[in-house]
Amino acid sequence: MTAIQGDGSIRIGVFICHCGINIAAKVNISEVVEFAKTLPHVAYATDYQFLCSDPGQELIKTHIRENNLNRIVVASCSPLMHEVTFRRAAGEAGLNPFYVQMANIREQVSWVTKDMKSSTTKAKALVAAAVRRVARHDALEVRQVPVKADVLVVGGGIAGIQAALTIANSDKKVYLVEREPTIGGHMAQFDKTFPTLDCAACILTPKMSSVAVHPNITLLTFSEVVSVEGYTGNFRVRIKRKPRYVIEDKCVGCNACVDACIYKQPRFPDEFNVGLSKRKPVYMPFPQATPSVVLIDPESCIQLKKGTCKMPCVDACDRNAIDFNQKEEFLDVDVGAIILATGYQPFNPSRIPEYGYGKYPNVYTGLEVERLVNAAGPTQGQIVLKDGTKPKSVGIIHCVGSRDQKTNPYCSRVCCMYSLKLAHLIKERTEAEVFNFYIDMRAAGKGYEEFYDRVMSEQVQVIRGRVAEVTDWAVTPEEEGKLVLRVEDTLVGVARRIPVDMVVLSVGLEPQPDVEQVQRLFNISCSKGGWLLERHPKLAPVSTFTDGIFIAGACQGPKDIPDCVAQAGAAAGEAMALIDKGHVDLEPNAAHVRENCSGCRTCISACPFHAISLDKETGLSVVNEALCKGCGTCVASCPSGVAQQQMFTDEQIYEEIEGIMNYV
Amino acid sequence: MSKPKIGFYWCASCGGCDEAVVDLAENILSVVEAVDIAVWPVAMDFKRSDVENMQDGEMVVTFINGAIRNTEDREIVEILREKSKYIVAFGSCAHLGGVPGMGNLYTRESILECSYSETPSVVNPEKVCPQGETTVPEGVLTLPVLEERVWTLDQTIEVDYYLPGCPPPVALIVDGVTAFLTNQLPPKGSVLGPKHSLCLDCPRKDTKPENMLIKEFKRPHETEIDLETCLLAQGLLCLGPATRSGCGAACINGNMPCTGCLGPTDSVRDYGAKALSGIASLFDAETEADIARIADRIVDPAGTFYRYSLPGSLFQGKVFQKEGARS
Ligand SMILES: Cc1cc2nc3c(=O)[nH]c(=O)nc-3n(C[C@H](O)[C@H](O)[C@H](O)COP(=O)(O)OP(=O)(O)OC[C@H]3O[C@@H](n4cnc5c(N)ncnc54)[C@H](O)[C@@H]3O)c2cc1C
Ligand code: SF4
Ligand code: SF4
Ligand code: SF4
Ligand code: SF4
Repeated sequence: MTAIQGDGSIRIGVFICHCGINIAAKVNISEVVEFAKTLPHVAYATDYQFLCSDPGQELIKTHIRENNLNRIVVASCSPLMHEVTFRRAAGEAGLNPFYVQMANIREQVSWVTKDMKSSTTKAKALVAAAVRRVARHDALEVRQVPVKADVLVVGGGIAGIQAALTIANSDKKVYLVEREPTIGGHMAQFDKTFPTLDCAACILTPKMSSVAVHPNITLLTFSEVVSVEGYTGNFRVRIKRKPRYVIEDKCVGCNACVDACIYKQPRFPDEFNVGLSKRKPVYMPFPQATPSVVLIDPESCIQLKKGTCKMPCVDACDRNAIDFNQKEEFLDVDVGAIILATGYQPFNPSRIPEYGYGKYPNVYTGLEVERLVNAAGPTQGQIVLKDGTKPKSVGIIHCVGSRDQKTNPYCSRVCCMYSLKLAHLIKERTEAEVFNFYIDMRAAGKGYEEFYDRVMSEQVQVIRGRVAEVTDWAVTPEEEGKLVLRVEDTLVGVARRIPVDMVVLSVGLEPQPDVEQVQRLFNISCSKGGWLLERHPKLAPVSTFTDGIFIAGACQGPKDIPDCVAQAGAAAGEAMALIDKGHVDLEPNAAHVRENCSGCRTCISACPFHAISLDKETGLSVVNEALCKGCGTCVASCPSGVAQQQMFTDEQIYEEIEGIMNYV
Repeated sequence: MSKPKIGFYWCASCGGCDEAVVDLAENILSVVEAVDIAVWPVAMDFKRSDVENMQDGEMVVTFINGAIRNTEDREIVEILREKSKYIVAFGSCAHLGGVPGMGNLYTRESILECSYSETPSVVNPEKVCPQGETTVPEGVLTLPVLEERVWTLDQTIEVDYYLPGCPPPVALIVDGVTAFLTNQLPPKGSVLGPKHSLCLDCPRKDTKPENMLIKEFKRPHETEIDLETCLLAQGLLCLGPATRSGCGAACINGNMPCTGCLGPTDSVRDYGAKALSGIASLFDAETEADIARIADRIVDPAGTFYRYSLPGSLFQGKVFQKEGARS
């Protein structure tokens, strides 16, 4: 198939792209073209405005044919962008696609180099490297491997739920792994959702129960992913199932054990109610918890701690669902794609001591108030102060832990809206006077400005200014016994002191505390601050730099529920596209052992995928190509230099280095 | 018809390589019969002019041992190059720089200062240091001058073949000389030795575990070394996996780990880097701290991995000189 000259000589074509002015403004293109013509084996060199365009690709194809080129170098952008494009073009012109090498003179040169002279020098060096390298390329065949048909979704908040249901509805099997005992995520904790003020439970719990009963979804709560091996289309994932001391298949969630517990009264902080109420050692996280299965907390259960309980719970359960001997279990699943929907954590406001969280009992976080206003919450929907009385005045501080150089520079996007939502709900339930302290009122979503107008019409007071301090130090009689917010009203230009009964801190969204571990586990990147990084902010917002792994929801960055759901749909679509294709093309980058292996076994110990073994007859090492993932570890380790990897042979790399060193 | 002329010459070397030629014992007799040894300073009278007066290419082959350390080394090998049809770099020093090559971790000045004034056994209050030229009443005396750094032979003159080893094993010398005498030469530039590394020929190779990981390195004097088990598996830093075979596992048979004198295989450009990365791949480490702990037990890594090959390596030495560096 390759258009090799009759004499078998190497004929390289060099194509230099202007990328509009992206490259041409910084690199002297004609100088690079002239330089390329002087390089060994270069039979033809030219430049073009946009090589990736159709006419650009046509140009490459024409010259491959007309000039009998059998290798090409494209000096343009990152191979990440267009290697596929140019390999395809070469293939269409009858060349083996692996006879293409790219020199990245955009990201590595024109975008990052100040003056034209050094940009041009650098571009020449990279072109020389690519020319020297491509002369050593081999014709290779793409490896096709079938993809596994199932999908793993990690995180069962609204994003994970939505992604799992979408995929399951297309008749694919989904494993949904949630580390808490129930799915639902943060949304399950809310009473109403902005801007429509729908009841959160009314729209969320039907989805949660669909997940529980869906024949295509395996719901694994109280579970965590502990290892991920493999690559796109073929991941092997190990999932740890933490013991809940209750057999999931047997428990029907009747709560008989909870009633029977030796603790007659709940004594331990209830996580779901963010510590605002108490629960027993055996408990159901909340009435609509999914799965509807209780669990026992080993930290507080007498039997699990000391082994001395009479265990009335066991007797109470007529289904014998309680099992104090349950141990951690591990489950291995093979999946083709993975969606991460691990969400966020709310900002911890004790990091801003001026706001008195943890010091003054009546300073709450937004999430705590979400629980207070919830009819199923610790106060049955009553907004009451710690002493049980209703507040007469409430101050809501926006942007706590957002838009602040000392904590997080970014806007958390949802706080303005949920602050207005809480203002509305507080007013509705208590008729208290409500003050919202904001920096800028951000109401950019569909229906959000209208929602703002609505809340304004309810006589909520808004004061523009960042609150300096919350204090109980009264300077006037009417401040006595109150919390005073000190703020500069920037619209009026005066410093004000506003006494209230209750303060609500609208905390921002932060990456999960274990995001680094997730990043390592799934081998993906994070953007600044720890949000999972998308492959491209505009054009590949739910893909990551690791093929086959997608992201959805607030783990990618602060966002509201509508955006989470939209992203979840997009991620589900990407995962399904991958799986429906049925196979993935693998770069032909497997390792192999050349002649003169000494059987020293270094590579065998080094290969993380156990792809190498010692041939019993010859005593030499052999790579099993089907197992080799092309990681290159054996190549680096082989002390004889005979373990080599296709596409990255020592000769190719040395040629590349010498290309850089020798010409400029 | 006169016998073909051959030569042996030494530069910066310990004399061991010439000793190895003598060690050929009865093997040398057949060589001596077949050839006329025209140059061999260690055994015969040697005058520079004798060589200068030869015809170009008059000698069939000259075996040069030792590294290039001073101007005299350079001058003579340049002359020998002209007078010889083939030049063989003989032994580790000529091949890759050898033990004298470790000098490339220091500057010439610091070496001179150390040798002529700092060493405790030296008494030199006037700080007399060798000079290229010294004027005495009778005239000007000259001495060879130390080069900036140590060079391999092929960084100095064109080399046709290499006989590796410190010193080259007898079997390889005999094979090499025979190749010349019978005119059965491999392609120019070849190293005259096996192409695989030592493990393949090591009597202990079957005791090497398939999945070998090292928790701790030991030095030979710190442990009782088992006579049969692979040394690396015992935690001794054996460089056999990285080293060209051909010595008959001499050191291993003496119950000592290979230190790498035969240099790398044909596929490797930088012996030290390759050996280091091969050995490091075997660390049984989970954390950075484990790695540091295991690595800390390798005393003098530069001296261990580059013992015989620093000038011939990719970075050639600590003090980088652009001019004259091998391209
Ligand atoms: C006080 C407050 C009020 C809000 N009100 C509104 C509102 O009214 N309207 C609106 O649109 N938005 C609102 N938001 C924003 C809303 O909470 C988010 O948009 C949405 O909940 C994000 O959903 P998610 O699924 O991405 O993440 P989450 O809800 O955080 O869910 C993530 C899930 O993943 C699980 N998880 C995390 N890590 C792992 C792991 N390693 N392994 C397994 N499971 C893991 C978690 O346990 C959790 O169940 C509010 C936010 C706050 C703080
Ligand atoms: S490249 Fe080598 S080490 Fe990596 S998977 Fe393949 S055989 Fe194993
Ligand atoms: S490391 Fe190299 S020489 Fe050793 S067994 Fe593996 S391929 Fe062979
Ligand atoms: S590592 Fe050393 S002792 Fe072990 S088999 Fe190789 S050469 Fe022999
Ligand atoms: S075992 Fe190693 S150091 Fe010893 S002679 Fe052989 S190659 Fe040289």
